Parts: sequence; C-alpha cells; structure tokens
Amino acid sequence: MNGDAVSEPAVAHTGISPHRIGAMVQRYWYLLMSSWPRLLELIYWPALQIITWGFLQNFISENAGFFARAGGTLIGAVILWDILFRGQLGFSISFLEEMWARNLANLMMSPLKPIEFLISLMIMSLLRLAIGVIPMTLLAFFFGFNFYSIGLPLIVFFCNLIFTSWSIGIFVSGLVLRNGLGAESIVWTLMFGILPLACIYYPVTVLPHWLQYVAWSLPPTYVFEGMRALLSNHMFRADLMIEAFAINVVLFAASFAIFLALLRSARRHGALLQGGE
Amino acid sequence: MSADGTALTFSPASAGSAAIEVADLVKLYKATRAVDGVSFRIARGSITGLLGGNGAGKTTTIAMIMGLVLPTSGRIHVLGHSMPGHAASVLGRMNFESPYVEMPMRLTVRQNLTIFGRLYAVADLRERIAQLAADLDLGDFLDRANGKLSAGQKTRVALAKALINRPELLLLDEPTASLDPDTADWIRRHLEIYRKTHGATILLASHNMLEVERLCDRVIIMKRGRIEDDDSPDGIMARYNRTTLEEVFLDVARGRTRQSAP
Repeated sequence: MNGDAVSEPAVAHTGISPHRIGAMVQRYWYLLMSSWPRLLELIYWPALQIITWGFLQNFISENAGFFARAGGTLIGAVILWDILFRGQLGFSISFLEEMWARNLANLMMSPLKPIEFLISLMIMSLLRLAIGVIPMTLLAFFFGFNFYSIGLPLIVFFCNLIFTSWSIGIFVSGLVLRNGLGAESIVWTLMFGILPLACIYYPVTVLPHWLQYVAWSLPPTYVFEGMRALLSNHMFRADLMIEAFAINVVLFAASFAIFLALLRSARRHGALLQGGE
Repeated sequence: MSADGTALTFSPASAGSAAIEVADLVKLYKATRAVDGVSFRIARGSITGLLGGNGAGKTTTIAMIMGLVLPTSGRIHVLGHSMPGHAASVLGRMNFESPYVEMPMRLTVRQNLTIFGRLYAVADLRERIAQLAADLDLGDFLDRANGKLSAGQKTRVALAKALINRPELLLLDEPTASLDPDTADWIRRHLEIYRKTHGATILLASHNMLEVERLCDRVIIMKRGRIEDDDSPDGIMARYNRTTLEEVFLDVARGRTRQSAP
C-alpha cells in the first residue's frame, strides 16, 4: 500500500449529485446486462399481454358496434396500463435488488442521498419500460393499431402515468424499507388494487355513482378517459390531463414525504441493518 | 459514563480533536436497552476494539456512529461533525465493512468497486482500483462476479470497498469472521499498514481476542449495552490479573468482576 494523502479532501456533499445518480444507474444497468432472465422478463409479459388482448380486440371489433367504431381502444388501454404497471414495477424491482443483495446498508452509509437514490430508480424505471414497452407497441401493428398515431397527446398520457407509477413505487419502496422483505408482496399487488377503479377498459360511468368519486381521485382514470375520448371521438381532453397532473403533483409530494418518514422510522428501528423478513 | 465511572464531559469544541466522540448514548428497542448510556472518545489515528458477547450492543453502537440507526438519546460527533445531523459532511470521509452486509453478487469485483468509487467521488478511480487490486491481491478475480468468490476473497473485496475512498475513519464489524487463520492474519496486516500509511482511525467490533490484542491500542468492553471496561489491552489484562484478553472476556461474560478475578 502506498502512503498517499489521507483520503480525498472533504468532498462537497451538498446538493443533488448527478455523478452519484449516474453511479446508481450504472449499477442497475450492469445488473440488467449481466442477467438474461431479467432482460427476457422485461419483454415477455408485455408481449404476452398485447398478443392476448390483440386477438380479443380483433374478435370483438368484428362483433360489437362500439369497439368497431373505436378501433384500438382495447389495445391502447392495454399498452397504457402496461406503462403504468411496468413503470412502477421497474422502479420497485430496482429497489428490491438492493434488498435482495443485502446492499442497502452499504448505500445508506455512503454519501448517496435518498433523493439521489430515488432519481436513479426513476431513470431505471424509464430504461426498463423502454425495453419492455417499445417491442409491445411494435407488436400492436400486427393487430392493426398504431400506438404512435395518438400523436402528441401520447406524451401527456405517458407523463401522467409515469408520475403515478413513480408515486406508487416510492410509497411501496418505503414500506419495504421499513418492514423488510416480508412486505415485498405489496410491490406486486398494490397496482392491481387500483385496476378496477382506474377504469382502464370501460368508462367511469359504468361504476356505481359513489365509486366514481373514488375513481376520479386517481390520475390514471383521467388518462384512460382521455384516451377513449381521443380514439372514439377524436377529441383531446386537455381539462382531464390538467386535473390528472394536479393530482399527480399532490400524490408525488405525499409519497416522497411518506418515504422519508418511513426511512427515518427504519433508522429508528434498526431496519436498515436487517433488511430481511 | 466511562468505564471507570467518571462522567465524560462532552463539548462540541473538543469533538474536533477526536475522530469519534459519543456521550450518553442510549438506544431502546421497545423495552430493550440495546445501548445504555455509553460515552467514549476515540483519538485520531488509533485502533480501538469494541469487545463484547452477542447482544452486548457493539453493532448497534457502530450503526449509530454511521447514522444507520438513530439513537434514542445522546450525542455523536464524527470527525468533528454531529451525527446524523451533518452526515453529508462526514460520510464521504469514512467507510465501513461487515461480513453481514453483502455487495451485489452478480456484479464483478471491478464493477462493484467502480460503483462505490463513483458514489464516494473518488477522482482517480481506475488507478485507485488498480492500486487496491495490487494491495489486496484481487487481480486474479477482478472481473469475476462477487457471488462466485470464496469467503476470504469476498472479505478482501469488502475491505477494498471500505478503503476505496481512502477513509479517515474505518468502522469494521467483525472484519475476520469466518475466515481461516491465514486469511484473517493477512487482513489484519493490511489494516495495520493502512493505519500507519494513512494515519486513519479504526474502530472494530470483534469476538476475536487475538485480533484485538494484536491490532488495538485500546479496548472497550461492552456488556448488556453498557461499557464494562475501557483501557489498553495490557492495562485491562493487568487489572483482571489475566494473561490473555480471552480470559478477561470470559471473566466479564461470566460476571466475575475485576476484584474477584484471580
């Protein structure tokens, strides 16, 4: 060992460091590239979804007037649902990798800040989503649906859905951080809890009147209503998107605050050292 | 209270001269007092051993110093900064190794060291990894996945990660647990060299009495969350009228006091 100077000079650790965020993204990228089952899983389920629902859409459109008029509504809904679901999963699985690897204590006592950790998980969520959903949208062409024909509204739909998925991802990651891997199942199941309420495959009016209030408290409901309005009536409902965005801002801020509270609680209870069940 | 019963007076001004200073540290887990009023000050450049049986409070004390566990009460200063309040000013200047905290298994040794080097903003990262590979003899498996290494190799990699940022303060939790005597001796030698060449401070929790006798300038013995004794290894052995720390450890574990020991 040579006798070079004692450590680096105290590095400035104020503010958010893109360097540390980049290091974490690099960590997850190495992991993803080192494991073909992880890569395959990203593509496998979305492809299966689109094939199943694509055939169903073809069958229905030949037999039902509404769907015949609104060609692609079903497949569009499937793809947007997958953006929501896989966005959250992409975020949460990267987080779970740290729990499974029992690496969390190493990270938490490094200069990495919670906000930098979360940003790296969001970036990974986008990368994983791109790997899984882009092939899915290409498969949709075989069922006569050009997902990209939605045009600019697609960007608005995507932004609203990804923000919701991150909010849920941050919240469930906080729960796992605090309660250990015993709470892992919530990562996989919570999103399905909002599936019937977000009115993905049917209009909000299908729900009982009192349940519609609950549905309208969820940003994805606005996106799926907006998508149906666009595909069926060729009308972009900017009002719905603005309302969804406003709820997303509140949801995102709340989930971040809850994550910080759960992290503090994990530190109080010694959970960061355990990380197991 | 310190081991000899005198209260340590804590002052933020004096904390600057010590690598670690803790005062009246308490950690409660519901009704369990994991750490119960611990105070000590560790001089810069020293190696201090934290001894004690299972559940003595060693790991919890180290975890509180690192900011991984929040104390119920008490104060901690590390390298002149209060923890966990000013953790951002300190975490880049310290590091940690424990056999109970793993590194990602699928990543190669080089990838792991690269990630941690970037997290610690190591400027000359390639050179630093090459240097650590040479120092810790990692060259043969630098591009092998961490999960495919032997226990001894993993410990060397974990030590390389702990040294990646040339820490001023190194916290080690049982650094040679489950290693064969040769590898354990090898690790100890490197810790001694690192302390000498870098002037670093090392705090290590261990069950290995020979390790503590060999490495440490000072020993703090903990039992049931409290400090039982605190002195140099020779001083403690003389006080218990014993020739090895292992005998002292057994005396403490079995409740024999300094006076009643032979």
